[in-house]
Amino acid sequence: MDERVLIQGNEAVARGAIHAGCRFFAGYPITPSSEIMHCMARTLPEVGGVFFQAEDEIAALAACVGASWAGFKSMTATSGPGFSLMQEEIGYAVMTETPVVIVDVGRAGPSTGQATKPAQGDYLQARFGSHGDYELVVLSAWSVEEAYRETVRAFNIAEELRCPVVLLLDEAVGHLREDAALVPLPVTERRKGPLGGRYFGPTPEGVAPMPPFGSGARLHVTGSTHDPTGRRMTQDPRVQGELVAWLSEKVLGRREELFRYEAWDVDDAELVLVSWGISARAARAAQLQLRQQGYPVGLFRPITLWPLAPAVLTEVLGDREVLVVEMNRGQLAHELSAMLGPERIRTLTVTDGRVISPGRVAEAALAALEGRG
Amino acid sequence: MRAKGWRELIREDFWPPPFCPGCGHGILMGAIMRAIVQTGLDPSRVALVAGIGCAGWIPTYIACDTLHTPHGRAIPHAAGIALTRPDLRVIVIGGDGDLSSIGGNHLIHAARRDLPLTVLCANNAIYGMTGGQTSPTTPPGERTATAPRGVGERPFDLCALVAGAGAGFVARGTVVRPQALEGLLGKALGHPGFSFVEVLTPCPTQVGRRKGLSPVDHLRTLGERTVPLARWRTLPSEERAARIPVGILRGGDEEGSWT
Ligand code: SF4
Repeated sequence: MDERVLIQGNEAVARGAIHAGCRFFAGYPITPSSEIMHCMARTLPEVGGVFFQAEDEIAALAACVGASWAGFKSMTATSGPGFSLMQEEIGYAVMTETPVVIVDVGRAGPSTGQATKPAQGDYLQARFGSHGDYELVVLSAWSVEEAYRETVRAFNIAEELRCPVVLLLDEAVGHLREDAALVPLPVTERRKGPLGGRYFGPTPEGVAPMPPFGSGARLHVTGSTHDPTGRRMTQDPRVQGELVAWLSEKVLGRREELFRYEAWDVDDAELVLVSWGISARAARAAQLQLRQQGYPVGLFRPITLWPLAPAVLTEVLGDREVLVVEMNRGQLAHELSAMLGPERIRTLTVTDGRVISPGRVAEAALAALEGRG
Repeated sequence: MRAKGWRELIREDFWPPPFCPGCGHGILMGAIMRAIVQTGLDPSRVALVAGIGCAGWIPTYIACDTLHTPHGRAIPHAAGIALTRPDLRVIVIGGDGDLSSIGGNHLIHAARRDLPLTVLCANNAIYGMTGGQTSPTTPPGERTATAPRGVGERPFDLCALVAGAGAGFVARGTVVRPQALEGLLGKALGHPGFSFVEVLTPCPTQVGRRKGLSPVDHLRTLGERTVPLARWRTLPSEERAARIPVGILRGGDEEGSWT
């Protein structure tokens, strides 16, 4: 496979999943993500995989977790209302260290909201949505080609860290049709052995191997607090403390290598736009235009949305003023304020179900440059 | 490799199970182990899937691959295993609250789809672990922690529910007759599509104590109320209403109406 194709963002996700070795998909119909499910329904039987239309989104992600323990790389795709239902199972995947990929094609909420309109309002939910203390990985994409690439990366990270990975898109990227190069990318295979009796963290060797059901390991996989053998330990404070720390630290400990981003004209900038997903395309158009007019404006685009790497942010952004551009009420801005200090963070937020226009970004950037003086 | 005896199926490093004295779940656990051995299944090719509740602890003590999932969600997890791995025999074990209240939607859809699963529902007609609240199978009039003046709703007949949803094999047994129960479990495990066994079992802690029944009397009452289907059919209708038919209700020789 090395093709240039005119393809939709949602279809590119399905192509990326198949390339990454996904052989089980379970989903429930929901706009604007259903095309991912349609593609998987067509393609999986041709490559020896299994497709399952579940009775609801809870069952969809639960079936993916079951299939993952059966030895199949698994994915589900949904949008806000379904993503809310999946939060229970995301916590279970975290606790049982199950690799699984969840694609959330963002639409305008809360609740049913505007099903066909784009939004980026699920950012904090993706990072925080299930109960208890945990960390997972959230990726994004601003183009069809990147949707393909980041889907493959989501599967690779899920296998390496044995945790759920969320790919956070929005309706605009999901339904965008554009030219994309679907090039072969490296694929991480599951570490299925050795059968040493320790299948859960923390172990001195890091992430434990994950033998599939039926391989003779006689696994005990539980969402209750457990030791590395899988034994339930629901009264032991030491096991609880160590397990919770492990589940978070195995992700945060890798945050610098997980943190992928792009930056333009930041070095001599006095104002840096920070934006992700479809919003970053408007921000990039505005930033180019402002540069042509001589304004010292740069753009920083995180691709990995969680975990963020404070060391990288500080190094790239220095002490420059920041204007966060996003289609929510300031959710990434909330995290950046906590990491960089709230004084230098301004926001341009749009929550009317429309993609932010470059004109509005340019206007807000000029206002920020003036306000600075 | 098939196990020589059911004791090989005890997960010794996790032993003992935490069930209250007089609880029926230990009897069911033993019956499951013996049924696996008697049907000649290779225990390392059996996947046990449970949700949350006292019955959800049963698989923890059986040495097969076990997935202990969130409350109500055993069946969709089992679906993911059964659909991808036809070489594994997948058994779901749960209580009435777990499988028929929070998990009720998954139950009827699994029956409708004819997923290759054996679902065992330990029905004690109460939420045991959480303190004796009304479940979807608590009989009308019973007093529970959440119905202190008596339950005013109708209960599910779980066998009728899954039969109505299309289950190909439906049986009801009790822990009072463990050998008969083993036989039912063995037949369910031999059924290629969706099979369901309702297992009537006492919860002495949350039901027996409230009713002033000793664990032994509790078992005796359960034994007296249940009648093999063939005999139940011959009973006069007023007596039928007071008794519960047990045996294979659909999918065997005894097939026929019981509702
Ligand atoms: S509470 Fe009831 S069902 Fe639970 S272990 Fe005790 S007796 Fe058994």
